[in-house]
Amino acid sequence: MSMSPPLPPAAVESGVGVPARARGVTPPFGTKRPRRGPVAPLVRKRPEPQGPLRTLLLTGVGLYVALLVAAPVMAIVASAFARGPFAFVHALFAEGGAEALGLSLGIAVVAVAVNTVFGIIVAWVLTRDRFWGRSFLNALVDLPFAVSPVIVGLALILLFGPQGWFGSLLARAGIKIVFAWPGMALATIFVSLPFVVRQVSQALSDLPHEQEEAAATLGAGGWLVFWHVTLPNIRGGLVNGVLLTTARCLGEFGAVLVVSGGVARMSETGTLFIYRSLEERRDLGAYAMAFALAVLSLSLLLAAELLKRRRTMELGGHRR
Amino acid sequence: MTAALSTGREVGVGPRKITSEPRAGWRRLSLRALATAFLFVFVVLPLVAVMRTVWEDGWRVAWLAVLSPVALSALWLTLWTAAVVAVVNAAFGTATAWVLVRYRFPGRAFLNGLIDLPFAIPTLVTGLMLVVLYGPQELLGHVLAAHGVRLLFAPIGIVLSLLFVTFPVVVRAVEPVLREIDADQEEAAQTLGASQTKVIGRIVVPAIGPAIVTSTLLTFTRALSEFGSVVMVAGNLPRRTLTAPVYVFGAVESGEPGAAAAMSLLLIGLSALLVVMVDRFARRRALRLGLVR
Repeated sequence: MSMSPPLPPAAVESGVGVPARARGVTPPFGTKRPRRGPVAPLVRKRPEPQGPLRTLLLTGVGLYVALLVAAPVMAIVASAFARGPFAFVHALFAEGGAEALGLSLGIAVVAVAVNTVFGIIVAWVLTRDRFWGRSFLNALVDLPFAVSPVIVGLALILLFGPQGWFGSLLARAGIKIVFAWPGMALATIFVSLPFVVRQVSQALSDLPHEQEEAAATLGAGGWLVFWHVTLPNIRGGLVNGVLLTTARCLGEFGAVLVVSGGVARMSETGTLFIYRSLEERRDLGAYAMAFALAVLSLSLLLAAELLKRRRTMELGGHRR
Repeated sequence: MTAALSTGREVGVGPRKITSEPRAGWRRLSLRALATAFLFVFVVLPLVAVMRTVWEDGWRVAWLAVLSPVALSALWLTLWTAAVVAVVNAAFGTATAWVLVRYRFPGRAFLNGLIDLPFAIPTLVTGLMLVVLYGPQELLGHVLAAHGVRLLFAPIGIVLSLLFVTFPVVVRAVEPVLREIDADQEEAAQTLGASQTKVIGRIVVPAIGPAIVTSTLLTFTRALSEFGSVVMVAGNLPRRTLTAPVYVFGAVESGEPGAAAAMSLLLIGLSALLVVMVDRFARRRALRLGLVR
């Protein structure tokens, strides 16, 4: 049995016989690349501090979350089912509730479609392209998170309302945007715009250029590269973004309220149904719809979380 | 509707300089134009409409609208409640992140799940939940009213709903940073004789400080713009419990788009300033740490 002779320094420098990882060569895609250092320190358990600080923090945080978050949630669940499941179902679908849910879903579909297609394009341009004004576009993407939904509604009325910029134009063409579903869809698109862009941007910047470049070198056209190389790799981020967008669309209230003009039953989403139900003193209907919407968007976020967890497990990432 | 929206708007807004990218083919250029056009039509155009309305009415009118007693007190109420919420959320958010990362206890997974709830629940539903819990004829509100405590239709109700809505912001920003701190560093410091407070002061705080600062600013921004939950719990009495976003809503409903636009512009300016601050702060840090080129 002969031991392999130690490599001369020159060989180490040129990388002969040294594992690819040690040479600093990017490992092929799919192999897990630890963020910082070897995996061991992340897995090793930190000695857990005991004592009064731990007790104090645990009770403090526990009480805070229980009072602030858990108690209100339990209150609405209790109220929605106070008169039994049949009353709940009846209150949910009567008085225009079914139509409201339908319109909410329809608007969500439109907004998600627009934000997905353009979100991918914007994300690609922001991560793969370099040009003057790129950081400005990047800042624009975050604005919908910061602008109050009511202001969005106001802006749409200023644009498309009867006295708005395009008001007379639209009136002549016989198109109704504000106080109808197209305006509500526009408002929802604005409000839920950042999710797909941000999620896909993250996925794109994690994806090394090399694969796309290799495919291009082998003669694949831009569309082919995108469809067969880029898209499969960003799928996780994209699905996550779409789920978050849908949840946000279903829950939108302020912008839609301003744009809908408060026309009952004609242009009413789930959240507007809640608002009207309370004004008409049909509390159970409001509670039922609130519960339904919360469960809907909660399951969407749960699905996103589960997908994310499965992906990190597949990549061998650390568990929470 | 898109056809009406895109009347010549995106022609002039394309990129001016292409020199930085040598392989700018037509495909790349068209994608660039498409992305720019989308953002201009859906984000910039609405905001420009608000600005234009203020401009057309004249700055004097806008100034008077914002300085009217009702508007001014709404603005003040929004600012101070947002500040209180930002501070409280920073403290409890950091504590929650700490508990989640450092301690193992029964119910930890459940707590972790609860934290994301406010992101999932529509804000109007949040408001409704608080009304159900604290309303004068309702569950807890009945007990509280007997003791002379009123949470709803008072600024404290606004603070409560804002705290609910913004709760995940700080937790989810601080948590990953806290988890990334190497146990080795803290252990080394302890081995070298540093006390626990010193370890926290010298190693933990510098690491998570920036995350706390940026997420607190984001909490403040989020609180400035909140409408759905606040409109439910506040009672919206002018000069008492009317916040700025609700003021905008009221102005739109009562047919005063000028006043609404003036207040909106002020709020947009504030939010934009804060967002830029957060962005600058994060970028400078990322540059210093060598995370971006």
